[in-house]
Amino acid sequence: MAEKWTVTFLINRQKDGVEPHFESFQLEVNPDEYVLDAIERVWAFHDRSLLFRHACHHSTCGACGMRVNGVEKLTCITTIRSVTSDGGTVKVEPLRNFPVVGDLVVDMTRLYARMEMVKAPSVIPLDEAPKPDTSVFDIKPDHDAPDDMIRLVDCIECGMCVSACPVPLTTPEYLGPAVLAGAHLRGLDNNPSLLELVDGPNGVWRCHSAFECTAVCPSNVEPGWRIMDLRKQVVKKRFQRLFGRGG
Amino acid sequence: MATAQTDPHARSNFWKWFDAFRRAPGMWAYALNRLSAIGLTVYLFMHLIVLRTLTEGPQAYDDFVALVKSPVFVFGELVVVIGGVYHGLNGLRVALTAFGIGVPYQKHMFYAVLIITAVVSLVFGIHMFTA
Repeated sequence: MAEKWTVTFLINRQKDGVEPHFESFQLEVNPDEYVLDAIERVWAFHDRSLLFRHACHHSTCGACGMRVNGVEKLTCITTIRSVTSDGGTVKVEPLRNFPVVGDLVVDMTRLYARMEMVKAPSVIPLDEAPKPDTSVFDIKPDHDAPDDMIRLVDCIECGMCVSACPVPLTTPEYLGPAVLAGAHLRGLDNNPSLLELVDGPNGVWRCHSAFECTAVCPSNVEPGWRIMDLRKQVVKKRFQRLFGRGG
Repeated sequence: MATAQTDPHARSNFWKWFDAFRRAPGMWAYALNRLSAIGLTVYLFMHLIVLRTLTEGPQAYDDFVALVKSPVFVFGELVVVIGGVYHGLNGLRVALTAFGIGVPYQKHMFYAVLIITAVVSLVFGIHMFTA
């Protein structure tokens, strides 16, 4: 017989004209169910007006990124057991650093637009896709297996790195970890026009090395490392331009 | 059955800077770096204000020095030492990682910063309270 826990879910409720507040739902759950399962049950059996995003249920679409007990999680792969205990509480909030559309849904437009600005859109033609035999992948982490160099294609644009980063709390203009990691993928050698953007006031130098982006990334994109490596590319390009050797 | 709770967005963004609860070591390093920076900045202004007593004559200065030799003030100075050592060492960690040096080991470097800060602070503390 499946183990049963009684868990209280505190869910952020927020719609036009209504002040943000939590609503509490007590559920009987199997602790090995996922947080998203519980949210769906709240929607199905308690409140059909609850807004939340989900699609694939297996961590490839990035739609169900939320803050669970204050930390960004893909709720479709986060077991209830991993975030609480029997009789405990699970607080579910929308990602921060994005405008909240309602309840647990945020507006990701800014992230998607910026990904296109650095020429790393979510979908690109196959013949334009970076391939392992191109110079785009010449730069790779020095601490991992060779196949690490193709990891950024795993970025699912869930926005969790942007939510976890403390810098956008200061300014929403900061490009953010996902976008800078996207710029790193494209590379300044192949896309010199990106230099002014990533070297601008809201580019790589705004990162304050909290590394929370890397900590919460569900796809091991390592945005923190990529931002630091992009800095090296920026310095190299600036020196090349200073001595008249850069484009 | 749903029941309403409190406003989830009551805290300002400023306080979220220091909210490292349940977060990874890098965020703790970031929060402590800001906390120590603010503390050292406040201390700098206090220090300058204290130096102003020099302009009020030797007696005023001697009176103040006698006051700051009390254990409470010595403890305050130890806190300044802890903040200064941590901020300086973590600054080296940030400077290294900022240019891609040792990024995969940033957590280990943070732990090393904490250990060195603790040891140095202990040595200073023993010296300050026994001198």
